[in-house]
Amino acid sequence: MLRYSILFDHWDMYMQGFVNTLKASVLALIGSLIIGIIIAIFRIAPIRPLNWLGAAYVEFIRNIPLVLIVFVFFVGLPAVGIRFDPFTAGTLGLTVYTAAFIAEVIRSGILAVPKGQMEAARSSGLTYLQTMRYIILPQAIKMVIPPLGNQFINLVKNSSVLGVIAGLDLMYFGDLISSETFVTFDVYIFVALFYLVLTIPLSLGVGYLERRLAKSR
Amino acid sequence: MKRKTVWKMWITLALTALLSITALAGCSSESSTTNNGDGAKSTETSSDTNTLEKIKKRGKLIVGVKYDLNLFGLKNPETGKVEGFDIDIAKGLAKKILGDENKIELKEVTSKTRIPMLNNGEIDAIIATMTITEERKKEVDFSDVYFMAGQSLLVKKDSKINSVKDLKKGMTVLTAKGSTSAQNIRKVAPQVNVLEFENYAEAFTALKAGQGDALTTDNALLLGMAKQDPNYRVLDETFTEEPYGIAVRKGDTEFLKVINEYLKEIKENGEYDKIYEKWIGKKPQQQ
Amino acid sequence: MDFIGAYSPAHLTFLLQGFLVTLEVAFISIIFSFIFGIIIGVIRYTKIPGISQIFAIIVETIRNLPLLLIIFFTYFALPEVGLKLDKFYAAIVALVVFESAMLSEIVRGGLNSIDKGQIEAARSSGLTYIQTLWYIVLPQALRRMVPPIVSQFISLLKDTSLAIVIALPELMNHAQIINGRNVNYVIPIFILVALMYFVVNYSLSLVSRRLEYKQR
Repeated sequence: MLRYSILFDHWDMYMQGFVNTLKASVLALIGSLIIGIIIAIFRIAPIRPLNWLGAAYVEFIRNIPLVLIVFVFFVGLPAVGIRFDPFTAGTLGLTVYTAAFIAEVIRSGILAVPKGQMEAARSSGLTYLQTMRYIILPQAIKMVIPPLGNQFINLVKNSSVLGVIAGLDLMYFGDLISSETFVTFDVYIFVALFYLVLTIPLSLGVGYLERRLAKSR
Repeated sequence: MKRKTVWKMWITLALTALLSITALAGCSSESSTTNNGDGAKSTETSSDTNTLEKIKKRGKLIVGVKYDLNLFGLKNPETGKVEGFDIDIAKGLAKKILGDENKIELKEVTSKTRIPMLNNGEIDAIIATMTITEERKKEVDFSDVYFMAGQSLLVKKDSKINSVKDLKKGMTVLTAKGSTSAQNIRKVAPQVNVLEFENYAEAFTALKAGQGDALTTDNALLLGMAKQDPNYRVLDETFTEEPYGIAVRKGDTEFLKVINEYLKEIKENGEYDKIYEKWIGKKPQQQ
Repeated sequence: MDFIGAYSPAHLTFLLQGFLVTLEVAFISIIFSFIFGIIIGVIRYTKIPGISQIFAIIVETIRNLPLLLIIFFTYFALPEVGLKLDKFYAAIVALVVFESAMLSEIVRGGLNSIDKGQIEAARSSGLTYIQTLWYIVLPQALRRMVPPIVSQFISLLKDTSLAIVIALPELMNHAQIINGRNVNYVIPIFILVALMYFVVNYSLSLVSRRLEYKQR
């Protein structure tokens, strides 16, 4: 049998970790949505230098490890006098990393809206930004919701890197409990169940949306 | 209809997962109780843990040491070599068993990985600033004390902290996971936040990055850190006694006997004092 | 910041040693997870009653867990049930388990995208089901899957850095050892390490784009 006493004796620690994992994921999702949308617009805006900037961000961030980005916030920036506590450093790292992926999702969503619509809206007198805001983005959003959901699942999973920098998340507390009790197997199984409680409903939701979208086409 | 099958899948998943976990964990706890329960007569375990034989056959002693602790076990990126007090003790042990101090393989352990690695069979012994505690004695067997340390604090040179009593509510103290330091500081200063890192190097990096007000562990290790970076100092006061021992797998009595003989020998022939002076910079105090 | 001190020849060799371990672990893991990914993907695609469902459950569970947890589990928890692995193999096993699950989904998606009419045509021309899969469906599907598979390989290479938690002497671990020596090394070292990962991963993604382009 699993030693459930390990779960109940350390319930407070598990819960604190669970809440912080959720908090980091949601905050990073909001942050990376904002940055991701800006970068996506940079990449398709009719201004060359912005295109380059957006492409450079996406290509660079997507090709380096998340752990490295988190360490930059945790020990790199403090070396030049900018300090964050571990939780904030981890959440910022997650945000910067995920934004690159979200930017790509949104860009392909926008590009999927037929070009004629942009031209029609522009010729009817709307500015570029107005066209984006009222015509293109609303249509793109519908298409990007399932892939965004996938990014959110990744975000929840990736938030475990907070454990590496003592970010007080589920992974950190799980690891702590196991090193205090010398019990590893059971502790990690419970940690896994907590993650699955978050990710499985998300997976099911994304699957449902994907099927609905496929049908509506 | 498709949705229904997905749901069914997940319910089956949940059930199978629970069942298999229960089954697996059942096996594991059973096997561990039989191992611990009758240590005296379990001949089959002692035959496969006859480490001394294995070491001689292999012609090499494999020791788990720290790679991130100045003075005790530090991998020097300039030379690629691991050096320190623990390393010299380990080399002496290799010489005692195999007649050559170079017939040794060092493997990096952290406070958290060392017991699993020993029980894995990845290493023959742990010589890694490991405090002898009652709790750990349930997991491993310890040699006699080979070093006497005490827990203290490492702070910035200009810090106002001069004693554990100066730690105030809201302050953060850093240490490594799996060490006794975290439990001790919580007892002595329950008002502070304690953050635990994978190892002391990460904890020290975090201290330098301003993530905490002090780093706590044994004074011997803190001295090494202060030596590495003169912007930090170690408090004179210690608030615990930390006797270090060499750990071997449970029931590995023959190997343990040789280790204890070795420790006694070097203490008598002055070799121990030499190693001590080389790294700590002064003669050991007579107990 | 001390670029000259940080980029001393000794540090550079030390980082390179770490990078070799990173590449070695990534290379071995890529090969095994590619093989297992295809096998599991095909099994799920063929819908063998019972077996496909079991794989579906395992794959979905693994895909919904953090890789970091799987690494911890492989290294710290498996010994409790008698499976003992050293760091190097623990990292590889964890990566292979996780990435095979991810790849099998890509493979399954690729197989599903092949027109069912082709299978019927092949079957009616006398090929067995296995032959049809092997000669007709899989080659086409694999060609379509090249971009997502390569980006999964890139993820794998990046993910090796998570093995820092079990002190595997890979690039990130060696970088942190150097960083521990002097605060002024931190930023120069991070810049260099980021470039090392970037160069390899970006080249991989360029190769994938080239392949994708050729198909058209």
